[in-house]
Amino acid sequence: MTTTSHTAGAQPRQEDRPGQRTPTKAARGTHRTGATARAPWILLAPFLALFLLTFILPIIVALISSFTKVTRSGLFGEAGVTSGFAGFSNYAQALSDGSFVASIGRMLLFGVVQVPFMIVLCTVLALMLESGSAKWPGFFRAAYFLPYGVPGVIATILWSFLYVPGLSPLLDIAGVFGLSPDFLGPDTVLWSIANIVTWSYTGYNMLIIVAQLKSIPVELYEAAKVDGASTLRVATSIQLPLIRPALVLTTVFSIIGTLQLFAEAQVLKTVAPAIDSQYTPNLSAYTTAFAYNDYNVAAAQAVLIALAAFTLSFVFLKFTNRKSS
Amino acid sequence: MTTTANPKTTKDTTVRASRATKDRSAGKRRSSTIIVTAVLVVVATYFLVPVYWVVVAATKSTADLFGTNGFWFAPTFALWENISRVLSYDNGIFLQWFLNSVLYAGVGALVATYFAAAGGYALAKYEFRGRNLVFGTILGGVLVPGTATALPLFLLFSQMGIANTYWSVLLPSLVSPFGLFLCRIYSQATVDTSLMEAARLDGASELRIFHTIGLRVLTPALVTVFLFQLVGIWNNYFLPLVMLSDSNLYPITLGLNNWLSQVDRLPEFYELTTGGVLLSIIPLGIAMVVLQRFWRGGLTEGSVK
Repeated sequence: MTTTSHTAGAQPRQEDRPGQRTPTKAARGTHRTGATARAPWILLAPFLALFLLTFILPIIVALISSFTKVTRSGLFGEAGVTSGFAGFSNYAQALSDGSFVASIGRMLLFGVVQVPFMIVLCTVLALMLESGSAKWPGFFRAAYFLPYGVPGVIATILWSFLYVPGLSPLLDIAGVFGLSPDFLGPDTVLWSIANIVTWSYTGYNMLIIVAQLKSIPVELYEAAKVDGASTLRVATSIQLPLIRPALVLTTVFSIIGTLQLFAEAQVLKTVAPAIDSQYTPNLSAYTTAFAYNDYNVAAAQAVLIALAAFTLSFVFLKFTNRKSS
Repeated sequence: MTTTANPKTTKDTTVRASRATKDRSAGKRRSSTIIVTAVLVVVATYFLVPVYWVVVAATKSTADLFGTNGFWFAPTFALWENISRVLSYDNGIFLQWFLNSVLYAGVGALVATYFAAAGGYALAKYEFRGRNLVFGTILGGVLVPGTATALPLFLLFSQMGIANTYWSVLLPSLVSPFGLFLCRIYSQATVDTSLMEAARLDGASELRIFHTIGLRVLTPALVTVFLFQLVGIWNNYFLPLVMLSDSNLYPITLGLNNWLSQVDRLPEFYELTTGGVLLSIIPLGIAMVVLQRFWRGGLTEGSVK
């Protein structure tokens, strides 16, 4: 509305005094083009400067140091430190470290089980909340989303209290039924972590799906109703195909998140002896850097983790694209 | 009418209509409501039990914490003693951590949102050379795991001499590639190019156009970006862990983990940790419940490409 009246208002004014208007307008025009050409860069400048500092430069630093070898001469390095090109030796060292490779394998196993479970769970919850059959949907939505506001560290502290023998009421209850589950044993602790991750992120992913469900036009539901489609049929034929983008988005974020797993394992380590200092790839890189002070191998590990996350997301996106076409 | 009604209300009218015409289908409806709600209650229990546990635990003395049932209150109510100990321990370091978290998350999210809005708006509303390259690079940044850059960032900041300072956590928090991505989509969809042209003819500078027209139209998206970034920084653990060694600069996540790691030697830290966890959950819990409706509104723009 305002736009049309503005331009319409500007038009006759120009025609009123063409002799006076044209030169100034032309001069202003060239001035404007310069300003318009500069404007996007001025607007982008703060973001780009920080992006360079905190994304591009660290990636370059990581790549360079992953290809660098630091040699200390003298018994304690007192004769100076020399660094040189290392080729792929840091990568070779990272990949020949059985614990690091095992940690990646562990995260793959974790992801294959936990990510589909969480995505199915949050999709079912979203469909149930949006089905109109549930009472108090607002309360449930808030209750499910609440854990997302609890930082991973604090969520882990919370759950660790529920896992530790002597403190855990869950173990007390299980004891009544003659069961004695060990949440922190070598075979079970991975799934105890999976439980914490599921608890933290299900509500968040559910909200992304709910948002997409809400964007489905009402007419589609009405048409389905006229055709006599059941609730299940509406879910499989209308809702699931239309929330595909949200499902892809949440799955990719979950894959990246799985490979980044750190806080949960690191915090649970204090109460679970089954978690070693190389339990997840990130924990491994952290240990290499700060316990062994080997920044170059740690950089190689960080690059490998990023590459794995990239590859997995890429493969998943390719896979879903092929399936849709 | 039909266009504004959302699926839920149409379903509600369906329920009412079917109840009026056919009793049997109304009965079926009612039983499905009971089943669905029952399932949702069970799931809600799962999500709320740990929070309930910490509320109960925070009211207990250390002896009761181990001696009584974890899901019910002990005879002695020690909540206020626990909280005052949390707040006074080590000259009120908990409050310091809390304020640090507020500073990192509040300032970080506010500035990050502004920068992301300016960048996203520029990429959406201007044609310039290198635009696709810039956008492609930033989009790649969305997929780079945050923890992959933390280690090299530490090496970089150490050389610059700003590791272990407020800046070392704050600077990386000011950048949100995902926020810029959302702002670009939203700018393309909502900022009116002819309105910008009109403002130009009126002699407004480009920056002024962004601040008066762009920011105003973008507000719903900005709320989403702000909340994302706020929660992201508040929950961040790896970056401050790598960067900070001075416990006065710790955010709350790092501080509470510091307390937890001492429970083996001193069991009284159990009480400090549970009390601290309770205090730290309250503000974010309230924020989540209140703000989830804004969150929902803006997210649609991001997922629908």
